[in-house]
Amino acid sequence: MSDAGFVIAAYAVIIGGLGLYTVALWRRLRSIQGPDDEAR
Amino acid sequence: MKTRILGFVALGAVVAATAAALFVVPPDQNQGDAQRIMYPHVASAWLAYLSFGVTAISGIGWLWKRDLRFDAVAVAGAEIGVMFTAFAIWGGMMWGRPIWGVYWQWEDPRLTTTALLLALYVGYLLFRRLTDDPERRATRAAIVGIVAAVDIPIVHFSVEWWRGLHQTATIGSPERVLDPAAPGVFIGTLLGMLGAFTLAWVYLMIRRYQLARAEVAREEAVRIARLMAARATGPAAEVAR
Repeated sequence: MSDAGFVIAAYAVIIGGLGLYTVALWRRLRSIQGPDDEAR
Repeated sequence: MKTRILGFVALGAVVAATAAALFVVPPDQNQGDAQRIMYPHVASAWLAYLSFGVTAISGIGWLWKRDLRFDAVAVAGAEIGVMFTAFAIWGGMMWGRPIWGVYWQWEDPRLTTTALLLALYVGYLLFRRLTDDPERRATRAAIVGIVAAVDIPIVHFSVEWWRGLHQTATIGSPERVLDPAAPGVFIGTLLGMLGAFTLAWVYLMIRRYQLARAEVAREEAVRIARLMAARATGPAAEVAR
């Protein structure tokens, strides 16, 4: 794999993982609190 | 609403820092494009330290004040710290293969102690599931979180204490702050990524804290409902007899 491949693999997992965790956390919070509380 | 604004600001900052790291910074003379991996790797490692430090301090706060809000901060720090530690390890592996020639080397003290740090706090999160009693859980978790935090300085100073593949700090040590071992554009981009990730960290910590508080409130509501149901069925059972 080229340097670019390693760079893409690193950023895809780190930035993608950060995004996925944020969405998952938001959904967990929404399911337990309801949409009105979460908007704060 | 303020937290939501913070979330959008953090998103914009992460996108801008990523674009700068991928498209603005020139390739390194020796490392080529692989040095671009350093920015999220180092930022993730620093935030892992911060997260686990917050978990340990919050554990002390719980043991001292017996306020469950400290425990909510502690679990937020542990979960987010595990994520950033995993990111740091992954980024390090993706950088290590083209630069060192290997993804991983168990003989390296920094790599091995970081893997241990990840295992300790995954264990912390699993350990929390052993009891449903919030106070007992908070006490046990606080002790584990404080003991596990001993590994944080070991990870950080491992590159100074022992020989290994991993290089020493670029700007992390006091004598290097004003004389970093990298050009200014690289340091600026690193600090930009660190700032962006820190904003995201603050947002995630707030949201995870809110989730932890909501989970404790729900556990309490379930406990009260069970108690009420038991009391309601108690006299009825007496009458039936």
